[in-house]
Amino acid sequence: MSFDPLPFIVAAYAVTLGGLGGLLVWSLVRMRRAEQALDGPAERALDGDK
Amino acid sequence: MAAPDLIDRPGDHLSARDLHALANPLRFTKLATLLTPWLLALGLGLLGAGLVKGVFLAPPDYLQGEVVRILYVHVPSAWFALGGYLGMAIAAMAALVWRHPLAALSVRAIAPVGAMFAAICLVTGSIWGRPTWGTWWVWDGRLTSMLVLFLLYLGVIALVHLHEDRARGLKMAGYLAIVGTINLPIIKFSVEWWNTLHQPASIRLSGSSIHPDMLTPLLLSAMGFLFLFASLVLIRMRTLIAEQRIEMRALRRAARAG
Repeated sequence: MSFDPLPFIVAAYAVTLGGLGGLLVWSLVRMRRAEQALDGPAERALDGDK
Repeated sequence: MAAPDLIDRPGDHLSARDLHALANPLRFTKLATLLTPWLLALGLGLLGAGLVKGVFLAPPDYLQGEVVRILYVHVPSAWFALGGYLGMAIAAMAALVWRHPLAALSVRAIAPVGAMFAAICLVTGSIWGRPTWGTWWVWDGRLTSMLVLFLLYLGVIALVHLHEDRARGLKMAGYLAIVGTINLPIIKFSVEWWNTLHQPASIRLSGSSIHPDMLTPLLLSAMGFLFLFASLVLIRMRTLIAEQRIEMRALRRAARAG
């Protein structure tokens, strides 16, 4: 019976790229939201902090 | 003597007075904003180059065959899961001892990134082990200590988020991060101290036993992982600084209104 390594390689790369990509997108979205909220006109007008 | 709070007090980190230039979160945010896209582009570029070279151009191993290609993601994720933990422990020490205003934020920023790298290392190692060793998992020194590293990362994240008193939670997380460094030499030397399926290190200070055709994609991939780790931590730091400033504004408004 011949051994096919391809599914193992595909699975390993899918886990890696999925995990890193997911973490990157989640981090970027959270950062964008937080920085927009910080610099938003409503926030700045209320407080005047900058 | 009571240990200092890991969390900054309002006002502390908005002033550059008495603080080193980079300890000021506003200055740090400016530098991080400048560096993040470059580090991210470098990380993605190097990782892409390393993985393309590793998957399509590097030769198969004479023993492992094609499955060796999994090691181009498994090995760098292991290196930086360990390196990240050391960085987190140093940051925790700086937060506890010197009360560096960004150190506590660094602990919170590094923990999820390190946990992801450790998870990738464990899962890809397991996928590699099935065709190579004939098993998904064995409770040997290297695999178990790596699992402990992942659990330590989760413990730090849990302590930061789940404790009712956030300052106390951060302090506890800092202690756990520092105590957990005991596990780092155990991971490193586990393959020499105990009988294990896991092979010993192929890259040492004295040189490498890996053929250059395989070493090049591995190092490219490792550089990609390193820059990606750094950019993810900077992104998380920027997020945490922004969230903390929003929180402090709300506190100041509440104080003014009250």
